[in-house]
Amino acid sequence: MSEAIKDLLYRIADDELILGHRGSELTGLGPILEEDIAFSSIAQDQIGHALANYTILHEQFGEPEPDSIAFARGERLYKNSQFVELPIGEYDFSLMRHFLFDHSESCRYELLQSSSFTPLAALAKKIKGELKYHTLHADLWIAKLGNATEESHARMQSALNEAMPYALGIFEPSDYEGELIANGTFVGEKKLQAVWLERIMPVIERAHLALPDLSKIEPKFGGRHGYHTEYLLPLLDEMSEVYRFDSAAVW
Amino acid sequence: MAINSLDPRIKRADLAGASGFTALSEREHWEPYAVFHQDKRGEQHIFVGIVHAPDPELALVFAKEQFGRRKKTVNIWVVRSSDIFTFAHEDEDMFATIPEKIYREAAGYPVRKRINKYLHDLEESHK
Repeated sequence: MSEAIKDLLYRIADDELILGHRGSELTGLGPILEEDIAFSSIAQDQIGHALANYTILHEQFGEPEPDSIAFARGERLYKNSQFVELPIGEYDFSLMRHFLFDHSESCRYELLQSSSFTPLAALAKKIKGELKYHTLHADLWIAKLGNATEESHARMQSALNEAMPYALGIFEPSDYEGELIANGTFVGEKKLQAVWLERIMPVIERAHLALPDLSKIEPKFGGRHGYHTEYLLPLLDEMSEVYRFDSAAVW
Repeated sequence: MAINSLDPRIKRADLAGASGFTALSEREHWEPYAVFHQDKRGEQHIFVGIVHAPDPELALVFAKEQFGRRKKTVNIWVVRSSDIFTFAHEDEDMFATIPEKIYREAAGYPVRKRINKYLHDLEESHK
């Protein structure tokens, strides 16, 4: 059983760590000061969520210290979806990823609030307010830019089209789906995707964007099993630079 | 997928191609909103500063980060700064003699003398 829960924790935590790092790349580059601070703060929250999950892995399952887990693993051991490792691109793409990913994150934790694995259920309850803010921020931007000008609408639509195959990759089934569902740890990726879709649809409609035909999209799977795009390795190299220089550094 | 990075370490802004200043369009010209912060239910909302935002919803979202991320917060108000009515600073002279009017302070009430006498007597009686 513990292998199944460990796998789940790694997927959640690695998504948050990598997307948190990507989000922090926008610090100082946001379109205006207020938005820059909001986006950076959300990125910090996500790294905080990663730490919380790594801490559970360390304390409950005897995995290494959170810093070692975060910075000293080989690329193939990261279980994040490929979606979160893609570069920040233009702001339209980063916002769209923030919208699509954060809703999946928010739905996932909502479903985990009743998990039979109590440390994860407790974490899910603790951070629900943060997630509420993250999705509020994303929803407002998506609706606003979808309805603003012809250019902003076109850019959000093309960001949505580009992001969707990767967003579906979030829900790549693990090797432990049956086990996790059977013992009440988690309802599974398939159910999560359905809940997520229900959640994002009203916002996409409010933004007057068109959801691409999901049946014609091949989801970008692989990340959950350690197969990543060319973009992850440079990110890991940069992220772990200080750790490799001095693994005991504090500040 | 074409990835165009905004990271200045990867891609520098094309300043050479920019000629002079471009005027902001109306949509880019955001309004200031006054932010009022409440740290406890029942307490007053206190003015803490401003944020720029295109509408009240985003003003709230921004205010949450600018003014609510480091201290205890239970609620925030935003008000369009242009909706606030104010005196002109030239009319500051209306307030000029206020510091002289000590009779409006509790410390200026005649009863103060009686309180001081009572405290004095009390002290004396304990000697």
